[in-house]
Amino acid sequence: MSLMLTEKMGGPELGNFALALACCLAGAQAILPLIGAQRRDARLMALAPALAVGQLVALAASFLCLVGAAVSDDFSVQNVADNSAVAKPLLYKITGVWGNHEGSVLLWALILGLCGAAVAAFGRNLPSALRARVIAVLGGVSAGFQLFCLLTSNPFQRIWPAPMDGQGMNPLLQDPGLAFHPPILYTGYVGFAVPFAFAIAALIEGRVDAAWGRWVRPWAVAAWCFLTCGIALGSWWSYYVLGWGGYWFWDPVENASLIPWLTGTALVHSAIVVEKREALKIWTVLLAIGTFSFSLSGTFLVRSGILNSVHAFANDPARGIFILALLALVIGGSLALFAVRAPMLTAGGLFAPVSREGLLVLNNILLCSICAVVVTGTMYPPFMSLLFGKTISVGKPFFDATAAPLAIPLFAFMAIGPMAPWKRAALWPVLRRLWWAAIASLIAFAVATFSMSGVLPVLATGFAVWVIAASITDITDRIGLFRLSPAQSLSRARFLPRAAFGAALAHAGAGISVLGLAAMSQAQHRIVEVQTGTTEHLAGYDWTLRDVHDEPGPNYQAIVATIDVRRHGHLVTTLRPSKRDFASQHQTTTEVSIHTNLMSDLYGVLGDRHGSGAAATYVLRLHYNPLAPWMWLGALVMAIGGALSLSDRRVRVGAPRRARTTVAEAA
Amino acid sequence: MAEDTPRTRRRVLMAAPLAGAAVLGVGFWKMLGGMEQGSFDPHNINAPVLNRPVPDFVLPDQAPGRGFSASDLRELRTPVIVNFFASWCIPCIAEMPALIGLGRQVPVWGIAYKDKPANAAGFLAHAGNPYARIAADGDGLAALDWGISGVPETFVIGPGGIIRWHNAAPLNDDLIHGTILPLVERLTS
Repeated sequence: MSLMLTEKMGGPELGNFALALACCLAGAQAILPLIGAQRRDARLMALAPALAVGQLVALAASFLCLVGAAVSDDFSVQNVADNSAVAKPLLYKITGVWGNHEGSVLLWALILGLCGAAVAAFGRNLPSALRARVIAVLGGVSAGFQLFCLLTSNPFQRIWPAPMDGQGMNPLLQDPGLAFHPPILYTGYVGFAVPFAFAIAALIEGRVDAAWGRWVRPWAVAAWCFLTCGIALGSWWSYYVLGWGGYWFWDPVENASLIPWLTGTALVHSAIVVEKREALKIWTVLLAIGTFSFSLSGTFLVRSGILNSVHAFANDPARGIFILALLALVIGGSLALFAVRAPMLTAGGLFAPVSREGLLVLNNILLCSICAVVVTGTMYPPFMSLLFGKTISVGKPFFDATAAPLAIPLFAFMAIGPMAPWKRAALWPVLRRLWWAAIASLIAFAVATFSMSGVLPVLATGFAVWVIAASITDITDRIGLFRLSPAQSLSRARFLPRAAFGAALAHAGAGISVLGLAAMSQAQHRIVEVQTGTTEHLAGYDWTLRDVHDEPGPNYQAIVATIDVRRHGHLVTTLRPSKRDFASQHQTTTEVSIHTNLMSDLYGVLGDRHGSGAAATYVLRLHYNPLAPWMWLGALVMAIGGALSLSDRRVRVGAPRRARTTVAEAA
Repeated sequence: MAEDTPRTRRRVLMAAPLAGAAVLGVGFWKMLGGMEQGSFDPHNINAPVLNRPVPDFVLPDQAPGRGFSASDLRELRTPVIVNFFASWCIPCIAEMPALIGLGRQVPVWGIAYKDKPANAAGFLAHAGNPYARIAADGDGLAALDWGISGVPETFVIGPGGIIRWHNAAPLNDDLIHGTILPLVERLTS
């Protein structure tokens, strides 16, 4: 060891060693604090945070070793040889570390380690037994996945003889958007491990109360924010990289991220009911377990090759069996614990069907129904193939026909929820406060009916405006804008909990996204084959192909088209779509050129060249995408809303005291 | 049933998620086992149709083309390309330019999969029409026999209506020049 250390700091063997060390620490973290909590041994429980931090340090060292190997072009490491090359730009050498199966599993483990350390750092106010158990559960999951990494997907595997140059990265992945998509998405997926750990700890303790709800919610909200951003970033990436003009393909990999997002959204809402009213406890625990289970199964089943996807990872059934065993242990174990312990949890506060709680239950039912539909649509093809030997596809028509009708009532009630009082509410007073939101949405309906085709986009537009207007009403009502003097309103706004702003912002964000989705259903496109100098018309714009020329890049050759886009004779923009030919991978990619003014995107793609010389013709694909940026801006607004509610005083000050009634600790 | 108290029902209810997960788990385990033995392969969509005559079907016209049936394909003496597409399918838009190029050299016949006739016609008016003949498979039943797992999918049909090649991804120039055209040449001679 010392010889190697002196020879080369941060070599792959050191990384491998650090990973093994992290795995041992995680194992200890899983067992010792759990024993400590059971025996009420303060010293054993106090080990939990130290072990969690130690595990993170070891993992970070291991990860840095892999980054080091990639940056220094160490092609004796199989993973680097397979996925990198000397000519690759430095940024992509670093981000390429998680652009493949082995590296992404290590990143996954690193983020999980980070979650454990975060609970250790921010959970000082938790009761020591609860904290020890939460960290122990996280340690157990960590140990499992680090073992998976070490045994079946070791990124530090050496090859001999080492090649002179690597095979290079999939050119599609050589993109800044994709470079940061996996870390954000994984943080979202893995972040739900913390609510999961809280749920398991609560089941072991046999106790879920308002304080538990208050502790769990910030973690769920944080994970939800990251997952929201991760999904939006992925969708944006496919929009501008794949060059198909689409943003969501109902691909299994996309569904795998949408499913935990749906249950996670339900969790974020049901945890409010636990916190405020001590109701829906068992359901919230199940949602916490379910969300992380879906995150786990989604990310890993995709890699086993069962689900047919365009996002191909190298498939290996042996790896799949290990994953399945691990999933069975984590998911099966937690659901078994749930089956045994959940019936003992006592039900809490009662409420009338029409009340804030009632509307939150409705939100949960609708979100989970959408989730069930997406799960069914994703799982149906492989199960049909297994049971009846038939290959069938479940595509966009299925999801459009099933998910959308469930989303419409979700949005209809989403506006009312935040305004309804707890326990018991009457619908009429709430609706009366929303009079101008109703007018705004009726106007939107009317405008959409005349300008849009299709029933669904019209409904979606109307309800999106309804939700946005209601969010604004909620805030203006609370601060008494137009009712009180401006100074009074301002002071009210200052003392209004940030969580209220956060919720309104998140709801408005969802509305903005839906407006974008509805408008995108009206997108127009044309495919033309033209010579340079020709002008085409689309969506009120004149698109002129001015020139096509060659341009060399760092590890590719590009052909670049220059398209002038004019409206009423005025130059709006010049699009420069290109095609890149990566010689080392025998692959070409199309680089879309997009001009946005936030209200619409002008989107140009360069296709094939036919013929040569002056007579050469080029295939162009021109898209006009109304409100396209809103889909992702809405997601960003949602995440900002979540972050705002995280900065709420209640969360910052933290530590609610648990009710003094000591319930006998379930042994 | 004296056992059927609310408490028992509660227990059964709480065990339901575990049972559901177990069913899924067993299914996945079977699939992985099948994948290792080669009896189950979600990616291998070629198996049921390759080197066999085209399945029986009769499909109506899809504007702006004339529909066709299995017997039309079986009577052919030269190869044709059969391409499944849909107006709601975004990769199909991406594939169109390549398909238009291919259509100049080999006849391409299209089948509009699970599509409304008006939408499919509108799509072809915008995206360009590479198809010599177009049929509408509105309910997707014919596609089931062809082993379609999504759109776009492309088949090379040899003389006598034998399926010689199948691809379940958007076509590109590499596939056309590297695989399809050489195959068509071999089938023609």
